[in-house]
Amino acid sequence: MYNGGKIIIGLLIFVGIVTFPILYDRGKVTAKPDPKIDTPEILKLPENERKCVESKAFMTKEHMKLLNQWRDWVVRDANGIYINTEGKRYTMSLQNTCMKCHSNKKKFCDECHNYADVKPYCWDCHIAPKEKET
Amino acid sequence: MLEAAIKGRPRYWIWVSFLSAVILVGLIAWLREHHLGSGLTTGLSRDVSWGFHIGQLTFFVGVAASAVMVVLPYYLHNHKAFGRIAVIGEFLAVSAVVISMLSVFVIMGQPSRVWNVLLHPTPHSIIFWDLIVLMTYLFVNILCGWTVLGAERKEVPPPKWIKPFIIFAICWAPSIHIVTAFLYAGLPGRPHFMTALQAAHFLASAFAAGPSLLIILSMLIRRFSRFDPGTIAIQSLAKIVTYALIINIFFIGLEFFTAFYSQIPEDMHTLQYLYVGWQGHSELVPVIWTSSILAVLALFLLIIPATRRNENTLAVAALAVFFSIWIDKGFVFVSSGFIMNPFGGVTPYWPALNEFLVAAGTWAIGFLILTILYKIAVSIKEEVVFDKYGEKQVQTK
Amino acid sequence: MSMNRREFLKIAGASAILGFGGISAIDALEKVEGAQVLSELKALKAKRWAMIVDIKKFKTEEDYKKVINACNHIHNVPQIANPKHAVKWIWTDTYERTFPDLEYEYAPEEIKQKPFIMLCNHCDNPPCVRVCPVKATFKREDGIVMQDMHRCIGCKFCMAACPYGSRSYNFLPPRSYIKEENKEFPTRTLGVVEKCIFCYERLDKGLPPACVEASNGALIFGDLADPNSEVRKVLSANYVIRRKSELGTRPMVWYLI
Repeated sequence: MYNGGKIIIGLLIFVGIVTFPILYDRGKVTAKPDPKIDTPEILKLPENERKCVESKAFMTKEHMKLLNQWRDWVVRDANGIYINTEGKRYTMSLQNTCMKCHSNKKKFCDECHNYADVKPYCWDCHIAPKEKET
Repeated sequence: MLEAAIKGRPRYWIWVSFLSAVILVGLIAWLREHHLGSGLTTGLSRDVSWGFHIGQLTFFVGVAASAVMVVLPYYLHNHKAFGRIAVIGEFLAVSAVVISMLSVFVIMGQPSRVWNVLLHPTPHSIIFWDLIVLMTYLFVNILCGWTVLGAERKEVPPPKWIKPFIIFAICWAPSIHIVTAFLYAGLPGRPHFMTALQAAHFLASAFAAGPSLLIILSMLIRRFSRFDPGTIAIQSLAKIVTYALIINIFFIGLEFFTAFYSQIPEDMHTLQYLYVGWQGHSELVPVIWTSSILAVLALFLLIIPATRRNENTLAVAALAVFFSIWIDKGFVFVSSGFIMNPFGGVTPYWPALNEFLVAAGTWAIGFLILTILYKIAVSIKEEVVFDKYGEKQVQTK
Repeated sequence: MSMNRREFLKIAGASAILGFGGISAIDALEKVEGAQVLSELKALKAKRWAMIVDIKKFKTEEDYKKVINACNHIHNVPQIANPKHAVKWIWTDTYERTFPDLEYEYAPEEIKQKPFIMLCNHCDNPPCVRVCPVKATFKREDGIVMQDMHRCIGCKFCMAACPYGSRSYNFLPPRSYIKEENKEFPTRTLGVVEKCIFCYERLDKGLPPACVEASNGALIFGDLADPNSEVRKVLSANYVIRRKSELGTRPMVWYLI
C-alpha cells in the first residue's frame, strides 16, 4: 500500500495510546469502594437519627450537585438553611455540617473518589477534619 | 492546502523545531508557575497585579487589529498592490490574536475555570467582551484568509459570500483594540490609564506597529521564497506606518500637556517616574527612553522619502517602530499603571525569568502558527496565480 | 458516496466541536430538583452595611493588633512576611498612604504619626464588581461586596479596578502560612483573590464582624439605611471623611478623625 510504513507505525502508536490506561493498571487490584459511616460522631447518634441530609441513594448520585447548589445558596444568595425532602432543617456547610458526621475523609470521601480517580478541588480550600488514629 | 505545511526544506524544519523547543520551555515554565504560585515565578506583587503578560496581550491585540490597514485599502478602495498581501495580513492577525489570548490565559490563577466567563456572561465586564471580540475576530480572519487563499489556489475570484465577512472583519478590527483599551480607560483608581484618548492612542500605536511587522515579514518572505509581496505594497505599508507613528508620538505629547499644564499631581507623577524618576525610583527610565529614541529615529527614517524608499533603511525603521511600541505598550504602559500604587507611592516591578519564558512560549506558539500559515499561503502564491484584477502575483524581476 | 480528504476533515472537525460543546453545555445546565432554602432566623439584616473607624479610640499598638488578629484568625488569613505577596484583609498604614489625596504637609503631627486602619470599603458603587468577568465579586442585597472563591478565575481585573488596594491575590500557597487554623472556616488556595467580606458568615448567624467585636467600640458597624443606627447617628453628629471620595465609588467605610 502507499505510505505503508507510515500507516503501520501510526496504527501502532494509536493502539498504544488507546490501550495505555489498561496496560498501565494491569495487575493492580482495586477493591470495590466501601465508604465507612461508623465515625464516632455518627455512632453517638441514636439509631433512628442516623440519617444524612438526604437519602443514601440520592446522596450517592447527587451529592456533587447538592454541594454545588449549597455553595451558590450560601455564598451568592445569603441563605444558610436547607430544608430537606422530609422537612428537616440543616445548616448548609461542608466543613460544619457534612464533615461533622462524616469526619473520616480518608475512609469515606476518598474511598469512592480514589476508585473513580476524581480529585474534587473542595479540599484545596475547605479544611478536612483531622483523621483520628484508629 | 494543509499539505504545504508538511513539505519543506531542512531550514523550514529547523525553524519549526526551534519554535517547538521554545514552546516546550514555555509550557514547563507555565506549569511551574501554576504549581508553585506566581509569587515565586513572577515579579508581580499585591500592588502590581498585572505586568508583562497583560502587556503582551495589549500589544498583540494591536498587531492583530492592524490587519485592517491592509484589508481596508484593498477591498474598499481597490488599492491593487495590497492584493498580494491581504491574506498575509489576515494570517498575521490570526497569529497575533492567538498570542493575545494565550497571554491572558497564562496569567489566570485558576485557568481550569476560564469556562466560567462563558457560563456566567457578564456584559458589564470588559474582559467578557474582550473574549467575545477576540474569538470572533480569530474565526473571521481564519475564514476570510482561508477562503480567499483557496480561491487564489484555484485561480478564480473569491466567492461572493465572503464579501460581507470581509466588511465585518474591517469593522471588527478597530473594535477589538478599542475593547482592549477599555480594559484600562475606565478604571477609576488608575490615573495613568484613565484618559479618553486611550482607545485612539492604542489604535495609532497599533497601526504603526502592525504594518511595521508586516513590512519585515514581507521582506523575509521575499528573501526566503519565490513569492514577492511587491515593492509597491511595502511602500504603501511604510506610508501607513509613517502617519500612524506621527499620530502616536503626537498623542504621547498630548498626555504630557494635560499632565503638566494642569499640574495635577497624580497625572504628572507617572510621567515623572517614567522619564526622570520619582520618589527615588527610576527603574523604568532607561526602558522608556529606549522606546522614545527608537521612535524618533524611526520617525526621521520614515519621514525622509529617500530613507523610506531605501528598503535597508526602511527595514531599520520598521524594526525600530516595532520594538519602540513593543517596549511602550507591551511592558511600560501596563506596568506603570500599577507601579504607581493606590497609596500614592511606587512599587517597582520587573518581570522574572520564568515570566519571560512563559511569554516566549506564547510568542513561539504564535510564530509557529504564523510559519505554518505563511508556508501554505506562500506555497500557493509562488505558483502563477491571478488576483481579482488578473495580475500575476509573482514578480519576475 | 465519495468524499475527499478536505470534506472528511471538515465534517470530523465540526462534529468534534459540536460533540464536546454539546456535552459541556448539558453538564453545565443540570440542577438538583425541588429543594428549598431559607436564611437563618437570627441573621442580621440590613439594606446597607457600613462602618465607621473611630481612629481616636485606637491608642496602643495592642488596639490595632486585637482587631487585625481577630479577623486573620477566624478567616485563616495567611501571614506572609514579604509585602509583595502579603494577604491583607484589614491592616494598618500611615495617614499619608491611607489618604494620598488629602493635605499632609500641614496636618497635625499626631495624625501624621498615627497608624490608620484600612480594609475593603464595600463601596456602594464598586468598580471591582463592574469589571469582574464571572461575577465572582458581586454586591449582596445588604451592600456587602462579596467574594465567591469558587468562581474566581484569578484574572486579577478586580485588583486593577480597586482604587484602594483592598484586594490580595494568593501568590503563594496560603496553607503553609496560616499560624493557627480555624477549622470552621475554609482557607483559600493558590490563584484566587480575597479580601474583607464584612464577616458575612457571622452576620448571617446574628453576630457582628470579628474586627468590630474585638475593637471595643473603636469600629462602629451598622445599617446606613436605618436612621436610628449608631452609624447614622455618628455620621450626622460628626465630620467624617472617606478615602478618595472624588472617584464616585461611595465607600461605606468612614473615618472619624
